[in-house]
Amino acid sequence: MAKKMLKVKAKASGGKTKVKLMAKHIMESGQRKDKKTGELIPALFIQNLTVKYADKVVFEANLGPAISKNPYLSFSFDGGASGDELSMTWTENSGKTGTELAAIK
Amino acid sequence: MSIDRRTVVKAIAMGGALMGASVLMPRIALAAWSKEAFEAKEQTAAMKALFGSDGLEESAEVNLKAPDIAENGAVVPVTVTSSMSGVESMSIFIEGNPSPLAAEFMIPVGTKADVSTRVRMGKTTKVTAVVKANGKLYSAAKEVKVTIGGCGG
Repeated sequence: MAKKMLKVKAKASGGKTKVKLMAKHIMESGQRKDKKTGELIPALFIQNLTVKYADKVVFEANLGPAISKNPYLSFSFDGGASGDELSMTWTENSGKTGTELAAIK
Repeated sequence: MSIDRRTVVKAIAMGGALMGASVLMPRIALAAWSKEAFEAKEQTAAMKALFGSDGLEESAEVNLKAPDIAENGAVVPVTVTSSMSGVESMSIFIEGNPSPLAAEFMIPVGTKADVSTRVRMGKTTKVTAVVKANGKLYSAAKEVKVTIGGCGG
């Protein structure tokens, strides 16, 4: 995989980890028309994002095309320490998928 | 050939199974991602597909934070929190959108029932947060005014 799609800020404090993440993705809704051809642009969006910490799922989101372009999500979970790694797996509705790692600060 | 965007939005909202049907049909749906729920055109149908029921109970323990007026419907910040214990999932429904179900968040044990995201809204409508806790459905709703829609283009 080439460029990283996810921007992640994870911070551990007081036994909890707060995660803010943003995916760089167009989230094409399937409602827009191509101005030149008048044809509908097919939907292209991230439909699932799963975040794991220490091989355990701590957050999972099923998304629809009603989520804004460059989707932003924030959540927090118990545990996690500075320097630990989070593993994030995204799946596009096209079937494309990828896994990225991010360290907790 | 000039079709203005309102007409387009309306046409899709009313008649067309255009979008999802053609694009997603050939693909195998992921087990977790409920295709039926995400493509449902009616909010009650989407809820039934996702939860197997649309029997919601309004609860003060579900907190939906969204602006009163969204200037730009393409980016509406929404936060759902709940003080309940045993929360399994939290979902966001936008009644007036072509497909009302916007997102479903799974909350495993140890994760706080507090999630923020940003959604698109086609027009002024009711946003409903549904929290599934201990097998029951609880909700909170809020009307959000949209001055510029975010669905057409």
